[in-house]
Amino acid sequence: MQRRFFVKSGAIALATMGLSPSFLRRAAFGMELPAAQKGKVLICLFQRGAADALNVVVPFGERAYYRLRPSIAIPAPTGAARSAIDLDGFFGLHPSLAPLKPLWDRGLLAPIHAVGSPSSTRSHFDAQDYMESGTPDVKGTTDGWLNRYLAASGTCEQCAPSPFRAVAMAPQTPRVLQGNAPTVAMDSLDQFAVRTGGDAAARLEALYRTGTPDIVHGAGNDMFEAVKMLRAANPQRYQPENAAEYPRSQFGQRLRQIAQLVKSNVGLEIAFADIGGWDTHVNQGGVQGQLANRLADFAQSIAALTTDLGDRMENVVILTMSEFGRMARQNGNGGTDHGHAGSMFVIGGGVRGNKVHGQWPGLAQEQLFEGRDLALTTDFRAVFAEVAKAHLGVTTVDSLFPGFTPADSLGVLR
Amino acid sequence: MPRSLRAVSILAMALVTGLSACSGASRPPAAILPEPAAPDREQTADQQVVHLLNRLAFGPRPGDVEKVRAVGVDAWIAQQLHPERMNDAALESFVSANYRYLNDKPATLELRFPPPGQIQNQAAARGGLNRADSARLTGSQAALRQLTMEVQSARVARAVIGERQLHEVLTDFWLNHFSVFDAKGPRQRYLLAEYENRVIRPNAFGKFRTLLGEVAKSEAMLFYLDNWQSQADANRPRLAAIPGRGGRAGATVGAGVGRGGRAGRGAQPQLPAQIRNGGLNENYGRELLELHTLGVDGGYTQQDVINAARALTGWTFRGAAQGGGFQFVPFMHDAGEKKILGHALKANRGIEDGEQVLDIVARHPATARYISFKLARRFVTDSPSAALVARAARVFTETDGDIRETMRSIITSPEFFSRAAYRSKVKSPFEVVTSAVRALGGPGDPTARTAALVGQLGQPIYGHQAPNGWPETGDRWMNTGAILNRINFGMFVAAGRLQGVTPLGFTDADILRTATTELQVDGVIGALLGGDVSPDTRALLISGENPLVRAEPSPARPPAGGGRGFGNIPPLRSLPLVVGLALGSPEFQRR
Repeated sequence: MQRRFFVKSGAIALATMGLSPSFLRRAAFGMELPAAQKGKVLICLFQRGAADALNVVVPFGERAYYRLRPSIAIPAPTGAARSAIDLDGFFGLHPSLAPLKPLWDRGLLAPIHAVGSPSSTRSHFDAQDYMESGTPDVKGTTDGWLNRYLAASGTCEQCAPSPFRAVAMAPQTPRVLQGNAPTVAMDSLDQFAVRTGGDAAARLEALYRTGTPDIVHGAGNDMFEAVKMLRAANPQRYQPENAAEYPRSQFGQRLRQIAQLVKSNVGLEIAFADIGGWDTHVNQGGVQGQLANRLADFAQSIAALTTDLGDRMENVVILTMSEFGRMARQNGNGGTDHGHAGSMFVIGGGVRGNKVHGQWPGLAQEQLFEGRDLALTTDFRAVFAEVAKAHLGVTTVDSLFPGFTPADSLGVLR
Repeated sequence: MPRSLRAVSILAMALVTGLSACSGASRPPAAILPEPAAPDREQTADQQVVHLLNRLAFGPRPGDVEKVRAVGVDAWIAQQLHPERMNDAALESFVSANYRYLNDKPATLELRFPPPGQIQNQAAARGGLNRADSARLTGSQAALRQLTMEVQSARVARAVIGERQLHEVLTDFWLNHFSVFDAKGPRQRYLLAEYENRVIRPNAFGKFRTLLGEVAKSEAMLFYLDNWQSQADANRPRLAAIPGRGGRAGATVGAGVGRGGRAGRGAQPQLPAQIRNGGLNENYGRELLELHTLGVDGGYTQQDVINAARALTGWTFRGAAQGGGFQFVPFMHDAGEKKILGHALKANRGIEDGEQVLDIVARHPATARYISFKLARRFVTDSPSAALVARAARVFTETDGDIRETMRSIITSPEFFSRAAYRSKVKSPFEVVTSAVRALGGPGDPTARTAALVGQLGQPIYGHQAPNGWPETGDRWMNTGAILNRINFGMFVAAGRLQGVTPLGFTDADILRTATTELQVDGVIGALLGGDVSPDTRALLISGENPLVRAEPSPARPPAGGGRGFGNIPPLRSLPLVVGLALGSPEFQRR
């Protein structure tokens, strides 16, 4: 019987068989991962459901704010726990965001207000689609903007990436990462393994290492290498550092695992996680209540991540986003309906923090978008473009955001 | 004779002589087949049988290979091309016995389980949510989840136990071609069952123009691609005056044009805000040309998109209180002249504007090519030859878009039966799951669990957000994470974790349980891999060792954790291990 088994003793042997995982081939020639070299990591966090920006970054200096929201407004800062946390005398953070205040104080936190999609849609579906595809009001875009980034910067031979270059801590690949460039979606780190013991995994690997070199075998080979790479790196061994305490929530645990991936040097460059529960039409509460609880989980998780990563934050940017903001006026159910512009946070060592960015459009009746919502002054693509350029080193964003020409730098990143 | 075949033949002999009830079931197709292959077919007669069951069905169930062989390849195809002549009583009684809402009209469902937003708005208008509102809210949310789960579950059951297999494969194709997304909004969920069962499935084999027209008028597509709210722009003439804006109030539409929540209360219709303030929405017009008919390179312009959308203004639906369903609303319709793809549409026409646009695009040569290309890609190979596509497109055109005849030309073509086409397609997640359950002789699953596995493998049913549907070629979904999930899925099934599916449900498994490893492997190859794998694969399945692959200490137990996903799967031994390896093998990923 003619046997055509593949030699697994070295990457070069594999390469000769045409079955080399792309990242092994590069490693075989002694080249370093650009991502690892630069060590730059972007962590994107999506608040699905449209977070109520006006109660997240609170414009307490705006009288109209209290008129529009008689029962849910966050009181102006009094220094006590049941009021906004003063940032600059005009804006404050929701008190549940107290864990983020130290980041502000250290200049690592840059809130951006009145930012979002130029599309006037108030559909969650459409707005998330636009924010992830990076093409507002264009529905036919098949890939996400982060995938276009990966594809554009991963085409040269030296840039052949780690299998963990882009990881979504999510059961399915989110829209923003869908496209031609390979990405990995996993529910949790320990799910990225053959989930049975005995010799099944070894025998399956043997099966995938023989036969015709095609996409199935190729994907299988890449996978077994990736599983081993992750097992060897053993990210789970990294316990939170600097006394970081992650909430036990799903979001908190996902961020903990992103930190583990960052620390285990597996070449992570883009990480993604999302958190739901922001669609607060009913009884959203004020200083306490539904939104306050959501924000507490959100802030404690992010604070734990930054604490845990410690000095590594110098090379990390955390970018938070939500598909749109909510109506300036509260509704009849003590909640808020779908609105327009929202807010984002940019966090990291390269951030020009300690400043609320974006032009504030005001909340007077004539200043509201369509007479009801916070108006938009910053296109979300301008923020993404700045992160891509200043943090990831992209020179041109034409392919990331077709048809969009960002104005000069927003000044959010150094 | 290759060793694997010889071994299986020996087994088959033993079974035939010893146990007539199971006779010949695990005989490899290669052994005996009197009917010679047609001369223009490169595949062997056995390969043709396996190929049919993998391409025109969701994989073989126990006994299927023998059935096709008995009927004959060509006769089997002819049968499958006429599902209306087939009896599928077992499936139909499964569906009617196990689902509560599948046959309910969307309007009935919507009135019974109003969208959560509507409950909230109504409560707000009365001064806030009371206890009864909260209960209704919870009830609606649960029902909405249930609606999607039932549709997904029934989809899988039809593929697993239905007899009209080609019809179901084609339905899967059209549902992806005319893709809608269940989380577009709560309303999408009332509409899924009707869309699948009354719009797509009955028309899957009919004239393309009929199918296209039914889709265009379906509430599911009108809602998903926003056409329900598309209307003449402010600077355009309308076919009728807007109610309550100078014209005779409510003259045309009565209460509740659309679904604005409060529409339909009182004598004066309160138009939803989208319609009060809106204008032209090009979304459906664009996808009609780009995705549904001509294709992105079909030679249309942006002006054609706009004019298609203008022609389709006023194509909307009635509110639930009025019974729902398609309606044409004259005051929303742009009554100006339009020009599309070289055809002039005169001013002051109504619904016939949109009908004519559908006629034009359905009969456009680019559509014949694009639909033929997509069918050939689905049924033959990821990159079908120009000749195959051209032949199918000619049939499409000559038969006025007859899908059955177009399909016939594709699935009886030499290309379909070529060696290159054999096992050249990668199974989609839906195909992986359904073919595994079928191979093991599993029953329909009335719960959502099996369907959820399709989602876990990356392509949740009705879960594709963008209107282009899931990618149709393997390279787009075959990657590191995907293959790992498939392997874990195989082990999960082999461990008996998929409720209702016994890993040893295939023919002769009982006898193989105590057989030698070689016989076990050959039996599993026969049952799960079409009796046809490379000698290397067979050797590896038997020995478990690849002498050139350095053995690594393998963890005795999987890593800790795993409450989600596939959980912890216990180590497998003996026959279940062989089943798990076969389900996870490269060969099983292909069809």
